[in-house]
Amino acid sequence: MSTQPVDQRVGRDEVHPLIKWMRNNRRVLTSAGFLFLMLIAFVIASPDVFTQFRTYRSVMIALPVSIFVVIPLVFVVTAGEIDLSFPAVVGMASYGFAAIVDAGGNPLLGIFAALAIGVVLGYLNGILVVHIGLSALVATLGMNFLLRGLINITVEGFSIAMPELRGTLVHSLMTDDPILGIPNQMLWATAFAILGLFLYNYHRFGIHVHCVGDHPGSAAEMGVNVARTRIMVFVFTGIGAALAGVFSVMINFVWWPTTGDGLLLPVLAGLFVGGTPTWGGIGTVLGGAFGVTIVSFIETGVIAAGLTGFFTQFFYGLIIIVSLIGQRFNGARVR
Amino acid sequence: MSDYIIELKNITKSFGNVNAVEGVSLQIKPGEVVGLIGDNGAGKSTLIKILSGVHPPDKGEIFVRGEKVSHWNAARSRLSGIETVYQDRALVIQQSITRNIFMGREIQRRFGFVDTKKQRQEANRLMRDIGFTSKVFDPDSPVATLSGGERQGVAIARALYFDAELIILDEPTTALSLTETRKVFSFIENVRARGKSIIFIGHNIYHVYDVAERFIVLDRGKIVLTSDKTEVSSAEYLIETMHDIAETGHAEIHA
Repeated sequence: MSTQPVDQRVGRDEVHPLIKWMRNNRRVLTSAGFLFLMLIAFVIASPDVFTQFRTYRSVMIALPVSIFVVIPLVFVVTAGEIDLSFPAVVGMASYGFAAIVDAGGNPLLGIFAALAIGVVLGYLNGILVVHIGLSALVATLGMNFLLRGLINITVEGFSIAMPELRGTLVHSLMTDDPILGIPNQMLWATAFAILGLFLYNYHRFGIHVHCVGDHPGSAAEMGVNVARTRIMVFVFTGIGAALAGVFSVMINFVWWPTTGDGLLLPVLAGLFVGGTPTWGGIGTVLGGAFGVTIVSFIETGVIAAGLTGFFTQFFYGLIIIVSLIGQRFNGARVR
Repeated sequence: MSDYIIELKNITKSFGNVNAVEGVSLQIKPGEVVGLIGDNGAGKSTLIKILSGVHPPDKGEIFVRGEKVSHWNAARSRLSGIETVYQDRALVIQQSITRNIFMGREIQRRFGFVDTKKQRQEANRLMRDIGFTSKVFDPDSPVATLSGGERQGVAIARALYFDAELIILDEPTTALSLTETRKVFSFIENVRARGKSIIFIGHNIYHVYDVAERFIVLDRGKIVLTSDKTEVSSAEYLIETMHDIAETGHAEIHA
C-alpha cells in the first residue's frame, strides 16, 4: 500500500512488534522476571550454594510433581472454576499405581490405572459442579476430604514401599538423568508444560476455556459447549494429578497415605504468583510453571542463606504478596 | 426444498411458572426483513433465543429449509446459517477481537488445533471491510478496550463473516450514537441487497418501521399480529395498534 488513510497515522499498528509482544505476554514475563530476580538475590546471598548445579538439580527432583498439577489448574481457574481436590486425587491415583506394582503388576499398567482414576475423579468433580450445580470451591474441598478419608479408611496408615521399581525400564525413563544430569522427570514436566501451552493458546479446548471463563453466557450464545468445557477442565486436572502422583511415587519408591497432601498451598500459591488471576478468562500456562518454580526455590534459598526453617513460611508469604503486587500492574481486576 | 429458511410450529417455552412463549408459529422467507416488536416481557428475547438455539423449546417443532430438526442448539443454529447479534452482544471482553469473531466457529486445522494465523488475517480484513478506524484496528486488541459502538461493530462483523442466510438483530440500536445507528441501518441495507433475511427486534417502533417489510407483534408470549408493511400506513399507526394490544390483548388492522 502506498498511502495510509489519515486516521491510521496514530494507530496501535505503529507500536513496535516487540513492545506488542511484551504487552501481550506481560503476565508470564512478570513471573519469569520475578523468578530471575529471586535467583539473582539468592546467588548474591549465598554464592557458594547457588552457583552449584546440584542445588538446582535437587530442586528439579521434586518440582515436576507440582508442574504436572499446576498446568491443568491454570485451565481450571481460567474457566472460572477452582479445584481443591487435587491433593487427594494425587493420593488416590498414586495409590492405584502403588497397589498394582505392589501386587507384582507391570508399572505401565499401574500408570494406566492411575490415569483412569484421575479421569474418573476429575469427571466426578465436573458432574458435581456443572450438573449438580455445587460451588466448585466447596465441592472440591469436600472431595479432597472425602477421598483422603477413603484412603485412610482403606490403608489404615500403612504405606507401600516399592523397591522393585528400581531398575525397571519405566522407572529409568521417568526418573534417570542421562542428559547433563537433569532429572528425566523435569524433561517430562517441561514437555507437559509445552503441550499445555499449545492446548491453552492454540487448541479449541483452550480457547473455549478462555471464553467460558470470560463470560459463560456469551460463550453459550455463540455455540460453545459450556458444560462440556467446564467438565473437561476438571478431567484434565485429574489427569495432571494422576501423573503427579505416579512421578511422586517413582521418585520416592514409596507411596504414603499422605502422598499429595503437601501440594495444596504451594501449588495454589505458584498458580497465582505465576500470573493467572482469580477472576477467570485469562491466565498463563508458562507463568504457572514459573510460579511453582519460584515457590520451590524459596525454601532452598532461605536455608542456604543461613536462616532457619522457621523463616520459610514468612518468605512464602512475602514473595506471594510482592509478586501479586507486581502482577497487579498487568491490569486491574475485571470482576 | 421449502419456501422458508426457518419455520417454528407451536413453540412453547416456560421458565418456572412463567410462560415466556406460548404456541408461537412463524416462518421466515428468504430475503425478507421482519420486524419483531412487543412490549417488555412480551417474549421477544425468548423467541429469538429459541431461533438461535440457546433455549431449547419445551414443546413445538422447528423446521430448517423444510427439514425438521432435533437437538436444536446454538452450534446447530449457526451451522444452519442463522447468526444472531444479541442485545448483550455476546462478547468475551478480555479476549481479542479475533477470538470474539471466531468464538464457537474457529477455523480448525488437524486435531482440533485452531489456525490462529488465518483467523487473524480474516479478522483484519473484516475490520477493514466494516470501516474500523485505526484506534481499534489491531485484531489482537482485547474487546474491553473498545467503545460500545465498536463492540457492536465486532458483533455485527461476526454475523457478517459467516455469510448467514438469516441474521437476527436483537435491539441493535440500543445505547448507540446517531452515527452508529446509521451504520447499523446501512448494514441492514447491505444484507438485504445480498438477498439475505433479517429479523429486527426493537423497542423503537420508528426504527423497526423504517427497516422492516413485515411486522410480527408479540404480547404476553403470543403472536397477536402479523402484517405486511402495505397494511400499516405509518409508524404512528403501528404504535397506536401496540397501545390497543397492551390494553385489550388483541389487535385488528383497520385498513
